Amino acid sequence: MNFVALKMLVGNRAKYLGIIVGLTFASLLITQQSAIFMGLMTRTFGFLSDTSIPDVWVMDPKVQYIDDLKPLKETESLRIRGIKGVAWAVPLYKGLLKARLPNGAFQTCIVVGLDDETLIGGPPTMLQGKLANLRQSDAIIVDGVAAKGRLANVTRDGKRVPLKIGDTMELNDHRAVVTGICEVSRTFQSQPVIYTTFSRSVAYAPPERKLMSFVMVKAKPGQDLHELCQRIRRTTGLAAYTKNDFKMLTVRYYLKYTGIPINFGITVCLGFIVGIAIAGQTFYNFTLDNIRYFGTLKAMGASSRLLLRMILLQATLVGSVGYGIGVGVASALGTLSGSTELSFYLPWQLLVFSATAVMLICAISAVVSMRTVLKLEPAIVFQN
Amino acid sequence: MTTTINNVAVQCKGVTKVYGTGGTQVHALRGVDIDIHTNELMMMVGPSGSGKTTLISIIAGVLDRCGGECKVFGHDYQTMSNNEKANYRRKNIGFVFQMFNLLPTLTAAENVAVPLLINGVKRREAFERARSLLARVGMGDRTRSLPSQLSGGQQQRVAIARSLLHNPKLIVCDEPTSALDHVTGHKVMELLREVAVGPDRAFVVVTHDARIFEFADRIAKMDDGHIIDIKNAHRHSLPKKTP
Repeated sequence: MNFVALKMLVGNRAKYLGIIVGLTFASLLITQQSAIFMGLMTRTFGFLSDTSIPDVWVMDPKVQYIDDLKPLKETESLRIRGIKGVAWAVPLYKGLLKARLPNGAFQTCIVVGLDDETLIGGPPTMLQGKLANLRQSDAIIVDGVAAKGRLANVTRDGKRVPLKIGDTMELNDHRAVVTGICEVSRTFQSQPVIYTTFSRSVAYAPPERKLMSFVMVKAKPGQDLHELCQRIRRTTGLAAYTKNDFKMLTVRYYLKYTGIPINFGITVCLGFIVGIAIAGQTFYNFTLDNIRYFGTLKAMGASSRLLLRMILLQATLVGSVGYGIGVGVASALGTLSGSTELSFYLPWQLLVFSATAVMLICAISAVVSMRTVLKLEPAIVFQN
Repeated sequence: MTTTINNVAVQCKGVTKVYGTGGTQVHALRGVDIDIHTNELMMMVGPSGSGKTTLISIIAGVLDRCGGECKVFGHDYQTMSNNEKANYRRKNIGFVFQMFNLLPTLTAAENVAVPLLINGVKRREAFERARSLLARVGMGDRTRSLPSQLSGGQQQRVAIARSLLHNPKLIVCDEPTSALDHVTGHKVMELLREVAVGPDRAFVVVTHDARIFEFADRIAKMDDGHIIDIKNAHRHSLPKKTP
């Protein structure tokens, strides 16, 4: 009877397409909006993902997320180096500084100052030049997207000329020379990222009593990272997090203190409601349209269980097709927007989430239809 | 030549059916007594609201009676669970409806195969048997047609084939000719007599189409929930089958 169920469904083209369109739209909306939300959340800790070498990040105890900068004394890194289980510890500067471009325009940039000796914490990928070029006088490395975009030189005739190695700019009135172009993860605020040495970054930064943002720590082999964090906290009174814990701290901050999850949550809920409203109602109408035939099958001896199986099969088919098209379109849109500012991250867990949502829509639709068929008296077949 | 006219297929005694409750009660059947035999075509006639359809619904096991007794080949539906009733209908009852009730998205052969598919027969075998039966009812060249591509008479032929395919013991027809013109209705009844009446099978037709009374072996006249008369029909032209 699976064959009959499928032909009943597919044979009614208008209703079938209506259900598929509804489910596709719901699936697309749920998947795409969730993927953008995930992408945004991933961007909040993009800098942490790029800086992969350290195991533990040490900071002021009041720091709530990666961009919440509360400077430390530079001597803290020396204290931390002496703690048991620490292989090495290096300072890191991170701050927002104004860059003055060759055409006179200003652009706020994220400036990252790396340990002068080791240059640990540098960009994950160099597109042009080498990280070691930072050892040159006034050297900086800029991110590739910014070099072509916000930091590009706009000529008088409006032409955008990408920043290249050898170009100069001013960072807080200090001369800076581009010695490399790198690739970094997009940041939450999409500001240009500039790498330089720690000593140069604190020279660029406005004078403050304390200027070191973080201490990056590498644990000795075999050292339990959570244990090491606790030891650092006990010894220094500072906050210490593993990389993953620091990522989660950042994500939790954005989830708690920004309206982002609510905004995206509303859109995802809207997708769900639209799915129920369009697909659910059309599916129910499809069942009602066929009620005489379900009654005929029931009169001819089809058990309620068999009819329920038929409806479930129909719901599963439209759910799978709608989900597949929706996720496919969402993935295609995500791929196409890969080179734009749009954040899009589609892990397998999200696919499971949207599949569950679409199947829930189908299940709700099917249950409503099943109730109608279960309550159906087979004697309906003799009512003309 | 002997017939099995004395073999009782359906035995109803004092069957009552009431729809609704309280002040909105409608007494559809007020104590119906009737025996239907194998190898005969029993026609139930009467005005609208006389209880014909209610009675065949009870006989076919798609409606529960309120009182009295009704046994179909010795089985009382009232003692069966819903699943058992469905199982019994699946194997033993064939239906022909006024509006044919063919699934519009299935071809003629697929529609005819439905009773076998419900009975769990493999699709290929069910379609083969459906095609062969369609050929027997003169629809061999339309097995792939959708109901919307068939005339009313052709659709009713398909419905007749569907009612016969699983070789049921009882066939119930509700107004099989009322949606057809006179000539087509006549042909359909000829076909029904030819293929449906048999020594191991009982055959009940509900109708108010007086033009087809000639096809009946017996005619039960109903009015206001009672059977007011049962008489033998005067048929001479159509032979009855021998066991």
